[in-house]
Amino acid sequence: MNTQNTLLCPELSAESLLKIDREVAKYPADQKQSAVMAALVIAQDEKGWLSKETIAAVAGYLGMPPIAAYEVASFYNMYDLHPVGKYKLTVCTNLPCALSGGVHAADYVKEKLGIDFNETTADGKFTLKEGECMGACGDAPVMLVNNKRMCSFMLPEQIDALLAECK
Amino acid sequence: MALIDTINPLLTTGWAKGDAGWSLKDYEARGGYKQLRRVLESKMTQDDLIAEVKKSVLRGRGGAGFPTGLKWSFMPKAAPEKYVVCNTDEGEPGTFKDRDLLRFDPHSTIEGMIIAGYAVGAKRGYNYIHGEIFEIYQRFEEALDQARAAGYLGNNILGSDFSFDLFAHHGWGAYICGEETGLLESIEGKKGQPRYKPPFPANFGLYGKPTTINNTETFAAIPFILGMGAEAYLNLGKPNNGGTKLFSVSGHVNRPGNYEVPMGTPFAKLLEMAGGMRGGRKLKAVIPGGSSAPVLPAEVMMDCTMDYDSIAKAGSMLGSGAVIVMDETVCMVKALERLSYFYYEESCGQCTPCREGSGWLYRVVHRIEHGQGRPEDLDLLNRVTDNMMGKTICALADAAAFPVRSFIKHFKSEFEYHIENKKCLVDPEIQRMGSGFFKAGAA
Repeated sequence: MNTQNTLLCPELSAESLLKIDREVAKYPADQKQSAVMAALVIAQDEKGWLSKETIAAVAGYLGMPPIAAYEVASFYNMYDLHPVGKYKLTVCTNLPCALSGGVHAADYVKEKLGIDFNETTADGKFTLKEGECMGACGDAPVMLVNNKRMCSFMLPEQIDALLAECK
Repeated sequence: MALIDTINPLLTTGWAKGDAGWSLKDYEARGGYKQLRRVLESKMTQDDLIAEVKKSVLRGRGGAGFPTGLKWSFMPKAAPEKYVVCNTDEGEPGTFKDRDLLRFDPHSTIEGMIIAGYAVGAKRGYNYIHGEIFEIYQRFEEALDQARAAGYLGNNILGSDFSFDLFAHHGWGAYICGEETGLLESIEGKKGQPRYKPPFPANFGLYGKPTTINNTETFAAIPFILGMGAEAYLNLGKPNNGGTKLFSVSGHVNRPGNYEVPMGTPFAKLLEMAGGMRGGRKLKAVIPGGSSAPVLPAEVMMDCTMDYDSIAKAGSMLGSGAVIVMDETVCMVKALERLSYFYYEESCGQCTPCREGSGWLYRVVHRIEHGQGRPEDLDLLNRVTDNMMGKTICALADAAAFPVRSFIKHFKSEFEYHIENKKCLVDPEIQRMGSGFFKAGAA
């Protein structure tokens, strides 16, 4: 089955396609498109970001028009349509977080890394993003590392530790 | 974070052991899945089940407060294919209760959804989980595997003739998907742009089939309501405002976090439970129901009780129960600027009044905050909101307008000061200190 899948979609690894198949199985047989969000995440995890070619490959695998997959990839905030650093840091600066230092945390990271929002450090290690509500306002300041790991109560000491840990 | 304080805990009874108490065996030890078993073994009728939920006066915990039992009763009986959908796309700034519900007690939501499936005659359900909480999504998937292995999900549940399966759908960062029809579009693998209503999801929902969609906390409450009886649940709260509610308290309090209290608990009590004001500073304003709810000045809020009716009477909304507390170190113009930026960023773009209006609101508030405000700007802001409210497919335009109107209404002099003096009324040094990010005395 794996070989057959990779023939259908040589752009993605057999492992990624297996993961996509597991997502497809969650939905009715005639609703494969429902798995596109998960499939794009899986593709992004493998490739680091989503090029037009990768998006088209995902669309092809799910039997939907490439533009329909591109609409999804460009609509949701956490898809990266351009290359990002090895560590993408997203800081929430919304009001509830800002009241507990969210904006100050972002300023602190900017100063430490010497970059602004939507920029990547020259060594390609860090990209900084401004996030919107992560649903964790009680733990502010809150940061996400590479979309999937949430870090809570990020005061200067904790931010220093996180940056040091990102090798 | 785990539970800090509560009155009459139901939803949070399973939170006591923090991350160590979420699994199936813990939930069963707490009496979990007993109500599902009772419903199936007694062959309770769908009508009786819905009547029980109606009697509890459980109102939707996602923000709108619509009576849950009534919503369930809208589902057409005869339709062959129906769905139950849970909205855990918790992205309303200030709200973080559903994340903790799924983190510490995912099985109560699962049991509630299965019972809802039985009540409305659905065989399949989805839980849409907010994109930013991947770890919680993983835990929920694990909980689903446990429930499936134990025979609570799948074909012929517990030997009955009722079959139901449930899956998790992970979002990827779009506030608008918290709107129920935007969420359904998103499950269908599209941009999460809201649909025209009517038709409502009960008639035309997921894949065009009748669908019941409720908030996580609403589903999680179902097993507890059936366990204690609808009347006892209702009596925990106050008339027309049944039961207990989770409040997410954020901002300038000593202990931000989730607190479960009976509906009708005085705000002052909730504030006390959250450790009171940070640094003993003075309360300035509260947004009582998530960032879309109108802000209330301290003195109005201190007289409120935490229930739908009291907060509505004061001119705001209980919403999702997100209580954003602001003290005297806050510049209200800057606070509004953060919110307006959010709505501008999150407007899905399909309705012109919202797409354009949210940008106007942000740009004008931004220029006031940055010392370029004009005397006519406050009128301009109100006029822009007039052209947004009620003129769009979904409520995001209203959600962007309410903060602007209420901030100007209650804190007008601060906006005027900003425009006239081209600076904050609250000293920037005091603002900087307020967030607690910098240690006292540090540069």
